[in-house]
Amino acid sequence: MSKPKHTSVGRRGFLKGAAAGAAVSAATLVTPQLTEAQQGGGRGGRGGAAQPEGAVIAREDGTARPAPVSRIVENPGSDYMCDVIKALGIEYVSFNPGSSFEGLHESLINYTRNNPEIVTCTHEENAVAMAHGYAKADGKPMLALLHGTIGVQHAAMAIYNAYGDRVPIIMIAGTGDTAVPAHTAVDLGAMVRDFVKWDHQPDTLAGVGQALIRAYKLAMTPPMAPVLITVQAELQMGAMPANRPQVPKFTMPSMPSADLASVRQIAKDMVNANNPRIAAGRVRTQEGMDLLVRLADLLQCPVGGGGDRMTFPNRHPMAGNGVGGAADVTLSLEAGGGGGGGRGGPGGGGKTIVISTAELLATSNFNINGNGMNGDVYIAADPEATLPALIEEVQKLLTPDKKRLFEDRGKKHAEANHAARAAAVEAASVGWNASPVSLARIAGELWPLIKNEDWSYVSPQGFVGGWPSRMWDMKKTYHYLGGQGAGGMGYGAPASVGAALANKKHGRLSVNIQTDGDMNYSPGILWTAAHHRIPLLSIMHNNRGYHQEVMFIARAASIRNRGQENSHIGTRLIDPNIDYAMMAKAYGMYSEGPITDPKDLAPALKRGVERVKKGEPVMIDVVTQPRG
Amino acid sequence: MKKLIFGFLAPVAATSLLVVSAVAQQGDATRGKKMFVDYSCYACHGFSGQNGPGKRLVPMKMATVVFTAYVRSPGTNQMPSYSAKVLSDAQLADIWAYIKTLPDSPEAKDIPLVQQLKAEAGK
Repeated sequence: MSKPKHTSVGRRGFLKGAAAGAAVSAATLVTPQLTEAQQGGGRGGRGGAAQPEGAVIAREDGTARPAPVSRIVENPGSDYMCDVIKALGIEYVSFNPGSSFEGLHESLINYTRNNPEIVTCTHEENAVAMAHGYAKADGKPMLALLHGTIGVQHAAMAIYNAYGDRVPIIMIAGTGDTAVPAHTAVDLGAMVRDFVKWDHQPDTLAGVGQALIRAYKLAMTPPMAPVLITVQAELQMGAMPANRPQVPKFTMPSMPSADLASVRQIAKDMVNANNPRIAAGRVRTQEGMDLLVRLADLLQCPVGGGGDRMTFPNRHPMAGNGVGGAADVTLSLEAGGGGGGGRGGPGGGGKTIVISTAELLATSNFNINGNGMNGDVYIAADPEATLPALIEEVQKLLTPDKKRLFEDRGKKHAEANHAARAAAVEAASVGWNASPVSLARIAGELWPLIKNEDWSYVSPQGFVGGWPSRMWDMKKTYHYLGGQGAGGMGYGAPASVGAALANKKHGRLSVNIQTDGDMNYSPGILWTAAHHRIPLLSIMHNNRGYHQEVMFIARAASIRNRGQENSHIGTRLIDPNIDYAMMAKAYGMYSEGPITDPKDLAPALKRGVERVKKGEPVMIDVVTQPRG
Repeated sequence: MKKLIFGFLAPVAATSLLVVSAVAQQGDATRGKKMFVDYSCYACHGFSGQNGPGKRLVPMKMATVVFTAYVRSPGTNQMPSYSAKVLSDAQLADIWAYIKTLPDSPEAKDIPLVQQLKAEAGK
């Protein structure tokens, strides 16, 4: 990781010397230093009040220089903001630099001495998507800084994904950069207000501290989501008040859980059911997964994971659909990831009991969450917080007869699930020796190389046929981190790097099967990974196209009876083919490929894993079959 | 190939219909390879003819006529239908001929790694 350079002359000592005699209290605005010609350009031109000032032009055309220092502020407000950020336990701050938060930026590098550590990003979408992946791997948020207006717009897609995925991210946007009117807004948060949980623009320094504390609590309380605090440049750059504000007290609220009467009724329903099922959409922590295992062990009933992140070990005897047809009682725990939207809802019939936080957060305008979940019983609560009481109540109801009955039932489910898993793996033989390489072959060759490591699969599986879940023993929450949230491409690469950043401190080996369409949204993330020495094995799923759209266009042409020979136009990434190994090298990353012969795959993956284990990011470009 | 077929059929006084049918059934794999890509067959069936969400086409067990009928009217919402206006019988025979050249997959039991993975998954 990059560290600040220490010089023999301390910053504060240097500034003190330079500032001797200077007027500290002057509230001089920082303005760009202009050339004479630029000044003339600002005043002249076609006249009229709408003409931009020379300073504005200079900012926009990149010729502006910082103004001469005409005052010294030794205790800027942004130092206090850093105190609050540190009090929240935030370890990383990602951003693409912007003048609207230059005060905070300077405090981060010189006041906190790069602790929390700055992660330099080449695009705001990368900064937020990194924070998205980081939060899923680490269970807590990192901070993303956004430049006023334009930075927030760049970040919007990544914020939308995180909101759809119910992921906490703390964001600070700067404003008040009066040199460039186009980078300011009367209401900066408005443009993303529909897909953040909360946004606020405090007027005072103390207000910034309070807002950050509240933002963190809101972001981390289910349903989790990104939050945005807009901070004026003047509050960052200005001097701290004489009575420096205190860092507000920070206490996380307890998670909302179901009431005891409801829990007792659910326990009765599940214990008395003939064929109960659990649809487990989301747990917050590893403890939540362990609790779910305990409940499934007691009830000996099948648990479906809902296809989104790891909620239940995929080789547990109860993982799968089991046997016995339709359920008479289904317990739906944050199915759909807490956001509804039809992902991972209970599939059985009979009585449906929903425990979810989905109804605790409504979204206007964007139809991101669909109509949410529905059920015969609906409890607005956090499932993980409810599980301990539910387990206790179930235990109370288990008679010896029930236990024997459940044991017999469990054996049948386990056999069926065992057979289904074996069949799912056997299908890997199809196209095993094909060129381009099959997705099953990639996942299959990877597993022996990582299974004895503490590994984490950090990218979505939707475009890779779900082969990692089929072949790999996933039993930790970080073994699979799920998808984009709102289906926005450009998530996979930066979110994988963000997750790998979190995994690094835990000593985990991060693996990313990287789709090519996604990679090309903002490939500068490769430089971020290389620069910050973030260990991550990325295997390109290089099918040379936006493949889903190839299929959709072909289908549309078929419906219109026009033929499919033009389906490649606007959908394929060919002519020329993109050389991802060369791309990675250009950003300073070790790479191999393109690999087209499956025989070359395992040795390349082995070399890649070895390098990643030594602490560096690696890319292996594999030309692949379009889908798994 | 066409000439050979004509030569073979002429002595037995085949009807012209039979000749056309026989030509179509043979197809041209080289032309078929191009159409397999141009007409997006690979999109659902994989470049291998057997990887992806579409039906496994390798090994090709359908006769040309059956294959043609299937493509004309797949009877599923997943597979687009291809009318004679966009793909002639002869072109479909070319595609069929190309698919016939695609190598079959090994059996799972003959791939040690798949056997190992299968054993682990069943634990």
